Amino acid sequence: MRKEQIYMRTFVHIILAFGAITMIAPFIWMLSTSLKSLNEVFVFPPTLFGESLRWNNYLQISDRFPFSIFFLNSMKIAVLVTAGQLFTCSLGGYSFARLKFPGRDIIFLLYLATLMIPYFVIVIPIFIMMRSFGWVDTHYALIVPGLFSAFGTFLMKQFFLTIPRELEDAAKIDGCTPFGIYRRIFLPLSKPALAALGIFTFMWSWNDFLAPLIFLNTITKRTIPLGLAVMQGLYSTDWPSLMAASVLSVMPIIIVFLCAQEFFVKGITLSGLKA
Amino acid sequence: MVTRPLRRKLKKRKVKGIAYNEVLWGYLFLLPNIVGVFSFIFFPLVIALGLSFFKWDILTPSVFFGLKNYIKIFQDITFLKVFRNTIYYVAGTVPLGIFIALIFAVALNRASRLIKLYRAIYFLPVVCSMIAVAIVWQWIYNPEFGFLNFVLSFIGIKGPKWLSSTQWAMPALIIVSIWKGLGFNIVIFLAGLQGIPDVYYEAARIDGASAWNQFWRITLPLLSSTTFFITVISVISSFQIFDQVFIMTDGGPARSTSVIVHYLYQNAFLYFKMGYASAMGCILFAAILSVTLIQVWRAKTWVHYGI
Repeated sequence: MRKEQIYMRTFVHIILAFGAITMIAPFIWMLSTSLKSLNEVFVFPPTLFGESLRWNNYLQISDRFPFSIFFLNSMKIAVLVTAGQLFTCSLGGYSFARLKFPGRDIIFLLYLATLMIPYFVIVIPIFIMMRSFGWVDTHYALIVPGLFSAFGTFLMKQFFLTIPRELEDAAKIDGCTPFGIYRRIFLPLSKPALAALGIFTFMWSWNDFLAPLIFLNTITKRTIPLGLAVMQGLYSTDWPSLMAASVLSVMPIIIVFLCAQEFFVKGITLSGLKA
Repeated sequence: MVTRPLRRKLKKRKVKGIAYNEVLWGYLFLLPNIVGVFSFIFFPLVIALGLSFFKWDILTPSVFFGLKNYIKIFQDITFLKVFRNTIYYVAGTVPLGIFIALIFAVALNRASRLIKLYRAIYFLPVVCSMIAVAIVWQWIYNPEFGFLNFVLSFIGIKGPKWLSSTQWAMPALIIVSIWKGLGFNIVIFLAGLQGIPDVYYEAARIDGASAWNQFWRITLPLLSSTTFFITVISVISSFQIFDQVFIMTDGGPARSTSVIVHYLYQNAFLYFKMGYASAMGCILFAAILSVTLIQVWRAKTWVHYGI
């Protein structure tokens, strides 16, 4: 029995370590390439480092990949979208979870059904709408449709259902309106869920590629993923520069992730388990 | 706890005051959200459906086309090819991705001390943008100087040309997708695993059940609702694969990696065939809807809810 356990444990750790190396290796490869010269990249077998670490690569790409402009654009869009969704989704979620009104369950079912609608089915009509508003090649085209989400509403509803009813009963007796209950009881109690939704929305918006690809043209309006994709299209074999740009582009979200790991995990489990 | 008389008092108050009119408040709360979801999801969906019966190039007025778009699509050899490619991709990504995630989740669940560190490592690709990931993997797949063929050469394998080979390009995309999505599935599986009470395993151990039997008769059945959830969302998202294709192969070589959404994108935003592309989108939606409904229907036979 003991021996079997030891074998088992060793086996488990070998699997996990192998997996972890597989997960990390592409990142090391990216980092290592980003610090080499172009000549050092095209050698076989590849080396981990070139003759020297060329941090200069990161400075030299600034004209092809103006990171700070893209960063600010991505940041602006992601922050506004996240704030909007936190507001609309928590209100909607509260309504679905706690208030009774005719048609509620049907509306909720329709909301769930929208999760199956591929973005590409609705993107053509949205493109036409944006064109008629004159919003093509502006950030509005990305921000305004992003302020609402069926998924976020669903997530908030699931969380609100776990809040015991007794808490609001007392408030109701004191004559508190549903808005008061939402603001004074539900919002403060749902900080973890709000954080989870916020971080997820931020990540999706930050990494979104399709919408920027379709709606944005001007260089100065591009987001990080779009900027990166355009650069790849133009300099497809300049691997050190491409890798340097890639490192820059994943850095912010990785930092956010490392700081707020728990909320990522919570967001996933919240949406997954009670589905 | 609120006692009975209090609840009754509450009800009375509800009837009396407008201050607590649930119906009014209910709609009011939902309003901002529903306006958005209606204008940017339901309305566009209806328009897309309508548009699929028209021929329209954005610039000149649209022409009513009846079912011609749909008829043309099913005679379009390229569409049939991208449809097959999409099925190939979904079938290659979903089962394998779930299987690997399950193995790692079970293993992680046993490595109690390092669980957080490992979880963070596995989750790292999930947070990165697909664009960056795709570019890095494109370089990894480089046949001569790439990392993958370098590693393969260690074990005496001469790696294929990956992205420039019609045979290997799609598997290459599948590998990237599994690699990127693994952490997401692992975290959901882990949450499911941690929801299984220890007493079941203790009872099984006392009865002398082997580790394999415990996995097969306790873990898998009690995890079935999680597996079901992951399957459904993986299928829905796999059908919509685009970013990797756009960056890594642009559908090539010889359309061997072109998928529905990629072809739809080309039709809509390169050839400006809006009606044709909309019809394609509706077919994609129908495909996703039917596969999901089949899964929900089949779920009764293998998913156990509750413990």
